[in-house]
Amino acid sequence: MKRKLIAALLVSAMAVSLAACGSSEETKDVSTNSGSDTTTTSNGSAADADEGSAAADGELIKVGIINNDPNESGYRTANDADMKKMFTEANGYEASFAYSLKNDEQIAAAQKFIQDGVDYLLLSAADTSGWDGVLQDAADNGIGVILFDRTIDADESMYLASIVSDMRAEGDTACNWLKDEGLDSYNIIHIQGVMGSAAQVGRTEALNEMAKAEGWNIVTQQTAEWNAEKAQQIVQSVIDQGTEFNVIYAENDDMAKGAVAALDKANISHGKDGDVIIMGFDTNKWALEEVKAGNWNYDGQCNPYQASYIDEIIQKDQAGEEITEKKIIMEEKGFDCDTITDADIEQYGI
Amino acid sequence: MAEKKLNSPGGISRLFRMQMFIPIVALIILAVFNLILDPGFFSITMGTNSAGDPVLSGYLITILDNGSEVAILAIGMTLVTAACGGQDISVGATTAIAGSVILRILVGGGDGELQAPIIVAFLVACIVSMLFGAFNGVLVSIFNIQPMVATLILYTAGRSIAAWINNNELPIVTDPSYTYFGGFIPGIPIPTPFFIAAICVIVIMLVLKFTNLGLYTQAVGINASSSRLNGINPTFIKFLSFVILGLCVAVVGLIKTSRISTINYSVIAKDIEMDAILAVALGGNALSGGKFNIMSSVLGAYVIQFLTTTLYKLQVSSDALPAYKAVVVIVLVVISAPAVKAKFASIGKKMRARKEAA
Repeated sequence: MKRKLIAALLVSAMAVSLAACGSSEETKDVSTNSGSDTTTTSNGSAADADEGSAAADGELIKVGIINNDPNESGYRTANDADMKKMFTEANGYEASFAYSLKNDEQIAAAQKFIQDGVDYLLLSAADTSGWDGVLQDAADNGIGVILFDRTIDADESMYLASIVSDMRAEGDTACNWLKDEGLDSYNIIHIQGVMGSAAQVGRTEALNEMAKAEGWNIVTQQTAEWNAEKAQQIVQSVIDQGTEFNVIYAENDDMAKGAVAALDKANISHGKDGDVIIMGFDTNKWALEEVKAGNWNYDGQCNPYQASYIDEIIQKDQAGEEITEKKIIMEEKGFDCDTITDADIEQYGI
Repeated sequence: MAEKKLNSPGGISRLFRMQMFIPIVALIILAVFNLILDPGFFSITMGTNSAGDPVLSGYLITILDNGSEVAILAIGMTLVTAACGGQDISVGATTAIAGSVILRILVGGGDGELQAPIIVAFLVACIVSMLFGAFNGVLVSIFNIQPMVATLILYTAGRSIAAWINNNELPIVTDPSYTYFGGFIPGIPIPTPFFIAAICVIVIMLVLKFTNLGLYTQAVGINASSSRLNGINPTFIKFLSFVILGLCVAVVGLIKTSRISTINYSVIAKDIEMDAILAVALGGNALSGGKFNIMSSVLGAYVIQFLTTTLYKLQVSSDALPAYKAVVVIVLVVISAPAVKAKFASIGKKMRARKEAA
């Protein structure tokens, strides 16, 4: 009887430890909170089963990718899809993903990845601060950190490279385009994104400075918090007031769409040969089609395709090369209703 | 009985006690404020939209147009508040779900052409929304969870569910007939959302007039256990209020997605739950349940939009809007606090006594 009991205990202990092994692979999909969900491209249990062989050929580079929630925007969806396409087993990677819009959840995920012994940590941080501990842990474990899309407050020596968009340059490109339009007068409705976000700050600075230098009149400057309906209300309010305007500078495509809806209601012509110039950002496919159709005049790119840049850096690092340029700014274009082509929409639309 | 009250000397204090008093006064204050500032606020002009159809425009029309979603939600929110003594904070997130369902059925995976009649998509969204309402309702009525805590689940998860319904895509409807619900029906110069809100109000008024729903809801809200002893099923009444709110949410989902012919899961109907709850409070309804007046809440909803539009007109920075609404909330809460009410009542009594003495 006693022996049976001990045997039963041992068996259950084994079962528990086995389950624990299993779950350690499982928890690679660092389950954070509600609203954030996780997936693993390289199947966890399969990797578990033939771990020996995977370790033997030792070719797969383990990367832990921490991103914002792909539902956040079309930009993020395209960004996430690009990552998933690049970091596959076929390309020699074993990738784990964690998503969250919250910094603390992201930090927890990062620490999990470090414990799991990834080779590289790819990070698009929700917030710029609070990452010192993670960077130190990564450095202690010899893990290379690569920042993409967003930077953090940290010394350059703590990470391999950062691949970012220069929002200010995007704004400058757009403002230069607007200047080249050579309008007789500039009365601009400026619809901003969520105040304090990098995209808002960069794109607003560019317009503010250009407006000051060129003497442009900004009729109204309001944040619609990336929200199309709010943009619609803001433009509606200006129309109801009877104020003259001839440019709408919206800091993303959604808000430009909302603004156009308000114009349509009031029968104000817009776009190519229209009374009001429409400018948007982010190059959503549908937005580029609006530009092509002449309903909008301009759409500025915010490049979500960082995976190939990251791949290049990892390959360099693997080959033992020094990464000389820490900050890599991606090339970004602006599209004009007169010159945009179907090929552009196909290539750059997200 | 009404006659008796009219004859009583407390005519003015009766007015003060009337539920509609608060929203009407708020409306008058806002109207007078705008009249002094710029009488042009009230001008309405007839024009045409870019499709060549006649449309009315002006600040007042904008208010009727944009206030309608909150008005519709206020109907359901009033019932939930009255029956459960708590509020549903998931309406914004479930609006995203309803909108997502509609777009999924209309154009899901396609190129923007309608794949199904709009009415079918809308009815499916109604069913889905009512199911989510039922989920909240079950948590509140059967498991006796605080409404705000129970609806916190969908408040956090709802927008992800909405995104999942469309596989994270952002479908766009190109068919112009879909824009009618959030814009104008050709030939009718009044914004459609206002019509939809009016229909919703009429329907709920008829329901309240011809069924015992209103009475039962009040009874459950005032005292659930005594209403149970009187043969009313409080569980069912609470459950039903959430299902009705679900229906309201589906209607709002239709209007919201129609306004821009697409959806953005993270921002659609953002913070609308706060406006809906504020409308109920502004309508003079007790947030702890019991007596309610739906018309008063609906009026409250338009007052909120009146305030929003006024602030936009004054070029108040739009991220400061919530602060102004907060001021309104504080004033309301203070006015409706029992201590303040008692004070008002005693002042009224004194004045009456003085009048009688004179």
